[in-house]
Amino acid sequence: MSAIGRSLKRLEDRPLLTGEGRFAADNRADGQVHMRIVRSPIAFGRILAIETEDAKSLPGVIAVWTAADIADLPPIDFRMTRIAGLEPYRQHVLARDYVRYVGDPVVAVFAEDPYTAEDAAELVFCDIEEETPCLDATADPVGFMPERDPALLSEPAVITKSYGDMEAAFAGAAAVIEMELKVGRHTGVPLEARGALAVHDPETGVLTMYGAAKVPHYNRDSIARMLGLKPEQVRLSEGHVGGGFGIRGELYPEDVLVCAAAHRLGVPVKWVEDRREHLMAANHSRDQVHRLKAAVDANGFVRGLVDTFYTDQGGYVRTHGGTVSDLAAALLPGPYLIPAYHVEGHIRLTNKTPSGTYRAPGRYETTFVRERLMDAIAARLGLDPMEVRRVNLIPEDRMPFDRGIEALGTHVLYDSGKYHDLLDRTLARIGYPDLKADFARRRATGEAVGLGIAFFVEKSGLGPHDLVTMSVQSDDTIEIITGAASVGQGIETVMAQICSDVLGVPIERIRVIHGQTDRISIGFGAFASRVTVMTGSAVKMASEALKEKAIALAAPLLQADIGALTLEMGRVVSRDSGATIGLAEIAAQSGEDLDAEGLFRADHMNYPYGIHVAQVRVDEALCGIHVERYLVAYDVGRAINPMLIEGQIVGAAAQGIGGALLEEFVYSEEGQPLATSFADYLMPTCHEMPPVEVLLREDAPSPQNPLGVKGAGEGGITAVGAAIAAAVDDALGRPGLITSLPIAPSRLHTLLRR
Amino acid sequence: MANKHDITLTVNGKDYSLTVEPRRTLADALRDDCGLTGTHLGCEHGVCGACTVLVDDKPVRSCLMFAVQAEGRAVRTVEGLAKGDVLHPLQKAFWENHGLQCGFCTPGFLMLAAGALEADPDLSEEEIRDILSSNLCRCTGYQNIIKSVCLAANEMRACPPSADR
Repeated sequence: MSAIGRSLKRLEDRPLLTGEGRFAADNRADGQVHMRIVRSPIAFGRILAIETEDAKSLPGVIAVWTAADIADLPPIDFRMTRIAGLEPYRQHVLARDYVRYVGDPVVAVFAEDPYTAEDAAELVFCDIEEETPCLDATADPVGFMPERDPALLSEPAVITKSYGDMEAAFAGAAAVIEMELKVGRHTGVPLEARGALAVHDPETGVLTMYGAAKVPHYNRDSIARMLGLKPEQVRLSEGHVGGGFGIRGELYPEDVLVCAAAHRLGVPVKWVEDRREHLMAANHSRDQVHRLKAAVDANGFVRGLVDTFYTDQGGYVRTHGGTVSDLAAALLPGPYLIPAYHVEGHIRLTNKTPSGTYRAPGRYETTFVRERLMDAIAARLGLDPMEVRRVNLIPEDRMPFDRGIEALGTHVLYDSGKYHDLLDRTLARIGYPDLKADFARRRATGEAVGLGIAFFVEKSGLGPHDLVTMSVQSDDTIEIITGAASVGQGIETVMAQICSDVLGVPIERIRVIHGQTDRISIGFGAFASRVTVMTGSAVKMASEALKEKAIALAAPLLQADIGALTLEMGRVVSRDSGATIGLAEIAAQSGEDLDAEGLFRADHMNYPYGIHVAQVRVDEALCGIHVERYLVAYDVGRAINPMLIEGQIVGAAAQGIGGALLEEFVYSEEGQPLATSFADYLMPTCHEMPPVEVLLREDAPSPQNPLGVKGAGEGGITAVGAAIAAAVDDALGRPGLITSLPIAPSRLHTLLRR
Repeated sequence: MANKHDITLTVNGKDYSLTVEPRRTLADALRDDCGLTGTHLGCEHGVCGACTVLVDDKPVRSCLMFAVQAEGRAVRTVEGLAKGDVLHPLQKAFWENHGLQCGFCTPGFLMLAAGALEADPDLSEEEIRDILSSNLCRCTGYQNIIKSVCLAANEMRACPPSADR
């Protein structure tokens, strides 16, 4: 029986269920000291003086660093989407001259124990001359650090993309629709906060950072470069990781500081942040305002779309560079034809926490924008919202579809898709006509119930390549080593399933080593729903190479021709004699290592797609929005482990519901963050979660990889904001009411009384 | 904070002699002084519930309790849930129903559910949902957690785990 397509339970669960998981804070080393960061208490200001004497004199304090103590450390560079002109906006690991957000690291305190480090941190005094903060990314650009560099303004770059004849699109349009739409500031907020332990071994000269995540190889190279070490002198090691969602594992100031401190102070250095720090220091995301103008014909077909948007990038430009804006600009058109398109994405800096990516970056935002437009077209022209989508969807016979623009430096080429088919299946699944009749009955009794639907195109499988090595061990287990990383999504199981599918070895006999930079030369980590696509394909290739090698080595041992041998259930079998030999025996008897390598390359991303349907009931008196039913229809090309994919989709939907209804980083007029604890940054609990139905499809396998898979990590969140906004409009009978997220009760209250 | 107290913590039936500052949280004492790192800290202000342990069989946020307050009381952590290699019905149910992804919040959910079901084995699904709403999970969307706890509740009613604490 094929191991692919089965909902096998996960290999990684047992230690997590018994308390044997090793998360970042669980790492410890003899003689470790603890780092505590003193953060800016104000949003924007010039550093006049920093007094550290009292902190230094506290017993147990080892060192106190300001920027002056590590003046040789360069700022943190970009990992992705480097755009000319962004360099001056990078963040130093400790603030120099200016602080640019509440939470900006200013001082690092090192002490024998974490309680002492906190005590000492409170004795540091930062004399900062406050300046007026900029908190509106749509306002005119202002000075970045006015005194230090008067010419440098808070707009590092503008991303422009376009295709088609816009003039022709607008000439003779049946209607022109203009809208302004906003998606609030929220982010991944994994349950495990960030943390790291750095240990420098003077004997070998190797600096090891435990608690790595997401992109260990990239961060190894960056840390080495920043500290003036060779890559082989730095080792990153990933243990268990308590959730990623785009945010964890990017190279942050604190990661560099623990490594620099372990190297320079000669003691192991540990840092574990608290939740307050996490909410104001780790990457935020979303926070975009879009102003669009669309020309449509009488059928609701979008002839041309012009969008100007602003991404609030916060205080500095971090590792992602222009990624979020670039993806937003490239993927806004989504599943629709849209023959003419022009977009201008302004990257703007404000005095808020710096931003990065969060699950479905650029797509959660632009799906909200595009699908709100579809609903607005339907309302303006008096058409059914489903019909408007249908006339705009890219037909199946146009696949592969060349969008004519680039995203992240690769051409946007939708590899495959049956969009109309999925829409039909989705409407059939929810029983659309019956549902409408049911709503009519409920509305007659005064209930405000409504339905919202939103279509999206995701992207996954970002290259350029992925390497996997594989070897048969003497105990007859198979070890797979990958440079991918695990953020808790189940990659050990999925990789084992792909290997098992080729070799017939049960997954329990397959061990997957990931996130260890000393075990494999290259690695690209885990982000952008790439692991199953890229690493999985490399595993398949390595497994097939291993199978071939096993048969070749077994032939003389079984005295058979290669052509007469097959691999069954992890044993090479001779069709002629019936003789068999196991993989470990082959290695032992042939005297050769039974190992293989798989290198998978991809020039293009692939494009899974789906539809979200939300059914909500609005309590107009309390301004509460109750999600009664939620459906995600998603075509992943091919499902390796459907249970795990459904888990990804439901979990992502919960985050999307959080972003649509609850979660927002709010700031006071002075730039003080007002959501710095879980008491004011509200995430869904199981009370807010509706049952989420998943319609998992494998209708359009990707032709771009040997498995046919498309990524599944993000599609569950992408269209939540759009679907819920449409459902609330529908429930209230007020098309176009919702133009910004989250739809918090206070905001809905304002809208309803307008 | 020089004054330290000598205390004995009884965790999973085993005694640990510790010297702690009065301000030291039970969570830190369990993790760093007893070396039982299965109890996780997700927020340190009592909202997320990842640090939930049982104190005298009642679920408690160990980040909101001082270690000195736990002296003389029976503390149970996730490390004590399985009996040797035999997983607790809750652990089995979480595994079989994909009730965890990253696994960070899992010990808190397990201990919360264990405490709740020991106190009342006949909780309805609605009551279970209500109790579980006190802990946060960022990965699963809760669906499989609720399913796992309900299935384990059935199993525990049919075949209660041994009560030798």
